[in-house]
Amino acid sequence: MTRSLSLALLASTALGGAAAAQDVTLTIESWRNDDLQIWQEVIIPAFEADHPGIRINFAPSAPAEYNAVLNSKLDAGSAGDLITCRPFDASLELFNKGQLADLSDLAAMENFSDVAKSAWQTDDGSATFCVPMASVIHGFIYNRTAFEELGLEPPATEEEFFALLDRIKEDGSYIPMAMGTADQWEAATMGYQNIGPNYWKGEEGRKALIEGSASLTDEGWVAPFRQLARWKDYLGDGFEAQTYPDSQNLFTLGRAAIYPAGSWEIGVFGPQIDGAFEMGAFPPPVPAEGDTCHISDHTDIALGLNAASANAEAARSFLEWVGSPEFATLYANALPGFFSLNATPVEMENPLAQEFVSWRESCEPTIRSTYQILSRGTPNLENETWNASANVVNGTETPEAAAERLQEGLASWYAPQQQ
Amino acid sequence: MSARHSTARSIAAHAILILYTVIALFPVFVIVVNSLKSRRAIFAEPLALPTRETFDLVGYRTVLAQGDFLQYFQNSMIVTCASLFFVLLFGAMAAFALSEYRFRGNALMGLYLALGIMIPIRLGTVAILQMMVASGLVNTLTALILVYTAQGLPLAVFILSEFMRGVSDDLKNAGRIDGLSEYTIFFRLVLPLVRPAMATVAVFTMIPIWNDLWFPLILAPSEATKTITLGSQVFIGQFVTNWNAVLAALGLAIVPVLILYLIFSRQLIRGITAGAVK
Amino acid sequence: MARRKAFRWHIAVFLAPAVLVYTAIMIVPLIGTLNLSLFGLVEGSRVFVGLRNFAILFGDPRWSAAFWNALGNNAWFFLVHMLVQNPVGILLAALLSSPRLRMAAFYRTAIFVPTILSFVIVGFVWKLILSPIWGIAPNMLDAVGLRGLFAPWLGREEYALTTLALISVWQFVGIPMMLIYAALLSIPDEVIEAAEMDGVTGWSQFWKIKLPLILPSIGIISVLTFVGNFNAFDLVYVSQGALAGPNYATDILGTFLYRTFFGFQLQLGDPHMGATIATAMFGIILVGVCIYLFAIQTRLRRYQF
Repeated sequence: MTRSLSLALLASTALGGAAAAQDVTLTIESWRNDDLQIWQEVIIPAFEADHPGIRINFAPSAPAEYNAVLNSKLDAGSAGDLITCRPFDASLELFNKGQLADLSDLAAMENFSDVAKSAWQTDDGSATFCVPMASVIHGFIYNRTAFEELGLEPPATEEEFFALLDRIKEDGSYIPMAMGTADQWEAATMGYQNIGPNYWKGEEGRKALIEGSASLTDEGWVAPFRQLARWKDYLGDGFEAQTYPDSQNLFTLGRAAIYPAGSWEIGVFGPQIDGAFEMGAFPPPVPAEGDTCHISDHTDIALGLNAASANAEAARSFLEWVGSPEFATLYANALPGFFSLNATPVEMENPLAQEFVSWRESCEPTIRSTYQILSRGTPNLENETWNASANVVNGTETPEAAAERLQEGLASWYAPQQQ
Repeated sequence: MSARHSTARSIAAHAILILYTVIALFPVFVIVVNSLKSRRAIFAEPLALPTRETFDLVGYRTVLAQGDFLQYFQNSMIVTCASLFFVLLFGAMAAFALSEYRFRGNALMGLYLALGIMIPIRLGTVAILQMMVASGLVNTLTALILVYTAQGLPLAVFILSEFMRGVSDDLKNAGRIDGLSEYTIFFRLVLPLVRPAMATVAVFTMIPIWNDLWFPLILAPSEATKTITLGSQVFIGQFVTNWNAVLAALGLAIVPVLILYLIFSRQLIRGITAGAVK
Repeated sequence: MARRKAFRWHIAVFLAPAVLVYTAIMIVPLIGTLNLSLFGLVEGSRVFVGLRNFAILFGDPRWSAAFWNALGNNAWFFLVHMLVQNPVGILLAALLSSPRLRMAAFYRTAIFVPTILSFVIVGFVWKLILSPIWGIAPNMLDAVGLRGLFAPWLGREEYALTTLALISVWQFVGIPMMLIYAALLSIPDEVIEAAEMDGVTGWSQFWKIKLPLILPSIGIISVLTFVGNFNAFDLVYVSQGALAGPNYATDILGTFLYRTFFGFQLQLGDPHMGATIATAMFGIILVGVCIYLFAIQTRLRRYQF
């Protein structure tokens, strides 16, 4: 028995050793299963055409397992050459452990603003370790065909928003809004982080929270929860058990009129709706007419270099290309709703994507409030925000109680909030 | 025992079994029906049978177009069968030692071999991966076979030693008097008698191996060594999951396990009848 | 056991392959991991901290509340399995093993099919069936006039855990069924025939003759259910997410452990606290298994055929 085992061992080592080639092959670790085809059919051929001798292998893993799998592989030394970077601490931790290489000297870094790079820098901004690829913008996507049928206009203010929801509800042919709380992150991301910046004044509020001069129990941070608590009446029956894919399906099958969205849905919804109705989009409504609008324009995805990569040189030339306007155009058009962070403006063909990106002109952009620094301790502010947002929408916790709980949790470990 | 009484009992037995079969198979029916429909039709009327308008093999087409699913099937088969073989052989040997012989440390050894069912092996991932990297086994099926063999052993030893305690001492002692070696007693006399238990252990062992996503993802994610479960994950995206394809791929994936199950459960019956004839 | 009269080499030979593979690939890595529970990060480097992590887990109100919540949920999860899965499994096995039953092979296979399915499919299909939106469960209840009983079960704190436990029972009832079935089939015909001669038939035969004979197997399935439930993780993870919603109502030790050990979303993995939880879980399971091994198993009367 032991003999056949060692035979098997021998055979497989021999096989493993035989895989060597002249070309350098770079493997990309990613959580974006969704993009496999786009990489295989558009992005990789475009790169390989200009760069003979370098081959790219895009190897995504299941999104839910990505962080755990990547960390294990990096610790054991079997990770790919290029690492798709989550924003902020998840990647910062890898850099601090010496697993992501410093890319500050990459020429392509010139193409990105400090804000674009901020999600993949050390706290003092001295080193950048991933090349920014894209950001996503929050807002509301609506069924334009249904709106025309009911004679409705997109709302600009909070008041108009609820008046609109009331009218859809009265009419009864559509569920006013497609959102559920089963997966929790919908309530937090498409709810709280979507409408919140208008109340906490975007970057101003977010930075004040980090400095400790504002608290989660301040009106600006409780108000979005009060809004969410009112959403309950406009969601579909049994929304407590409605999952994220359920919400997507409700909207794309034409059963719901409004979808609190992230811009990534543009690319997802288009083919699913397949011309059954027209879509439109509006930014989160402001509290009162004339208020400055704020949007969440969240730095979401970047590409870094495994510090242990044996092909660092080839990988760097690939990263230079990822930082180029050419890549930005390819990527933003292949994945409408993932907006380029490149300083060179990118021409986009998708009208809905153009609509979303146009808000960058009229509104003040910010990133999600919980991502930078504030989710470093236990309890984790992001997770607690998911939980609290879902509870508030479900009506099992009041906005005030939720805010107080979050503040208490944050203050329990975050020094600037302890004074 | 009157005939009428027994007919009534048999009807009641069938009624209960049919009721439970319906409960067991209803969700499976939902899966199969929906794997044959377009996405729109799945959610418009999930219970409806596919009609001419909604019938759509898009799931199966996608599965066949993306990746080499035959290869994935083959990898899963190799890994599952090889691991099963080692688990059953090594497990039965160890269980025999524990249940047959009195030696110092027997109970402790039994407990030691049972520790593995109390801690999820996933927690040892980094050390296991390091070991595989050091020995050059990353991206080989051997790595998976080794891990699954280790993972399956505790349960196998646990169940088999319980069953082996039920094997008649007289039979074994008769063998010893006839001058059979301990090895012959084990392989010739005891193993055939515990065939039902072996078949049971085989079934319990193969299911988690076949359905495991974690270790293939970590130890053998390359295209050549992907298992069917890992291969199906490509349809589960961050924001959108291609349910047609997932249902098709994972639905097809149960067929080989079902066949293995049929083989083992037949062994189970045959083992019994063989034992009865002895 | 070294160097006595005659060293019984065959014992070593029988044990060696299993012990070697199991020790090298499972025990050594796991000890390495559990050992992390005694360490912590102090200013970025790994330092021995003794039992401090355990003090945090049980002393810090946030950690301990999460732990006790998970443990309580887990106990309920286990109880549902013991009260539903195992009795149903035994009943099905008893029916299946009656001689002259037609279509036994069909039933046996059909009932086992759910056990083979991967968690991804199980999570998908039950969410689809129980969904308030797509209408399978609501319409079925409607058809029998019980629409009023429908609730979005998986989304309500008071029902979600029980619903999940029942889904898990549905999935795994094949395991006790098969083990008991194997045990029932192993009962020699002579025993049954003798009983029938004495006029012991039907249910009384099951209770008086067969049940005592299969008690060791019932012991095994109980302990396997215990171990399996306290290590369970996948079903909750695929159907309720890593945060085990709603409001941690379905958080069991397995999900709590994975969330802590491997991290989730912005929460970074914490191998030290993760290992601490794993060690605590290990302790709980070890106590349970030892009770079985040393208090129950040795007292069960065993019959040799």
